[in-house]
Amino acid sequence: MAEPALSETDIDAAGFAVRLRAVGKTYDNGVTALGPLDLDVAKGEFVSLLGPSGCGKSTALRLIAALSTPSAGTVNVSHRAKADGRHPIGFVFQEPTLMPWGSVRDNVRLPLKLARAPSAEADRRIEEALAQVGLAEFADAYPRELSGGMKMRVSLARALVTDPDILLLDEPFAALDEITRFRLNNDLLALWRKLHKTVIFVTHSVFESVYLSQRVIVMTARPGRISAEFRIATVEPRGEEFRTSVDYAGYCREVSGALAPSYSGQRGA
Amino acid sequence: MSSLQNLGRMLLPVVVLAAGLALWEFVVRINDIQPYVLPSPTTVFQTLVSDWPVLSESLGVTLLTTLEGFIAAAVGGVALALLFNQSKWLEYSLFPYAVILQVTPVIAIAPLLLIYLPQQTAVIVCAWIVGFFPVLSNTTLGLNSVDRNLAGLFQLYGASRLQTLRYLKLPAALPFILGGLRIAGGLSLIGAVVAEIAAGAAGAGSGLAFRIAESGYRLNIPRMFAALLLLSVAGIVIYGLLALVSHLVLRRWHESALGKEN
Repeated sequence: MAEPALSETDIDAAGFAVRLRAVGKTYDNGVTALGPLDLDVAKGEFVSLLGPSGCGKSTALRLIAALSTPSAGTVNVSHRAKADGRHPIGFVFQEPTLMPWGSVRDNVRLPLKLARAPSAEADRRIEEALAQVGLAEFADAYPRELSGGMKMRVSLARALVTDPDILLLDEPFAALDEITRFRLNNDLLALWRKLHKTVIFVTHSVFESVYLSQRVIVMTARPGRISAEFRIATVEPRGEEFRTSVDYAGYCREVSGALAPSYSGQRGA
Repeated sequence: MSSLQNLGRMLLPVVVLAAGLALWEFVVRINDIQPYVLPSPTTVFQTLVSDWPVLSESLGVTLLTTLEGFIAAAVGGVALALLFNQSKWLEYSLFPYAVILQVTPVIAIAPLLLIYLPQQTAVIVCAWIVGFFPVLSNTTLGLNSVDRNLAGLFQLYGASRLQTLRYLKLPAALPFILGGLRIAGGLSLIGAVVAEIAAGAAGAGSGLAFRIAESGYRLNIPRMFAALLLLSVAGIVIYGLLALVSHLVLRRWHESALGKEN
């Protein structure tokens, strides 16, 4: 509790979407996973949290989503008024996390159904979200009929369907093959440019974090803290040519260098 | 190769059955064994036809008991599992007794039930006791097997308890519930038969198991075999029907209902 918590309206006025102050998380079994951590994410910013597995970056995401409560410090997330079916936060897990008993449409409908949104409005939003991720023709398919990349797109559509201000992505593309991952990276960037969401992206890939984000935050091994921060300033919009540019290679080298100490203390890493 | 294997899988049991029956018939005829010692398959079949009016009535009685016991087991098992899922304290208080009820042999409980309950009720209660536990334990397992991230998603979107139950826990538990029901169907038949035999010793009753006991006293061995045959067929049909229902319900999404290749 380093300083008094700002109210939601305060951080709203300051232009921040998320503000963490001295946040720590210690689990019941005594393991300290995170912190203390200070983090500000501006509205509309694309930020990556980069660190070794188990460094608490997923924990940080869960704290921001209020899926878990901090043991210390304060978490502030800016809220807009919650209209019907609107939810301030969209979350994409490492696994697609789809309901296998529901069609693609049923899965994307879930957040709206839980918010009891009117069904005509819901149908329109679902079509829109599916079109955004390029799955309009697959609305009636079942998850088991889809490839890994398509399942991840459904998961993304489900996060977008409530028109959130903040998208939290927890290593969403880690399990995909490289070509699919590159395509989804590009699609995610295009969506971010179009929809102006705040994105917090957790990953353990240096290349992915540099390619996607405006700011890369490197974390230490457990308990996770911020060890370095990089602004990735390049010509927007980024595309495949950025991936092969000298700039890109330079940033990757810098970030890798900052990340190396986080791995040095780890066994089997 | 695989179609030959499939054909073999279907044909071989039939061949074994035919060979067994032929051997049985042959041994009975060659040794001139009397029907009250060991009836030949043809005698059993003839008895089945000639005694059909009595046997079919008994079959109806036993099937009705089984059905009532099964429904009670299904409703009771699922309802109890839902209650346990909503309240840990209730689960801690009651689950040990469900286990005790399950591990105590029903044949030892049946005579007591027959003392305190009207006979028809006692028989149904027996079928229920044997059938409800697999439904309870499977449903509990299913309700607790919900994907953690999906549960997190429901929490994120502020789902109510009822919404979580209806849209997440129950669908996730469905394959487990159906598995429990499949076991409970056969067990309800066993419970009904056990209770009928216990009741039959007291002199009243009209189900198939009662017919078996009664025919035993009268040395009407062919009828015993015929009634036994009907019980087996009933058990197979019950299992087949429940397996079919399970397949139809799950075929769109669950691994168990999908072909190996698709």
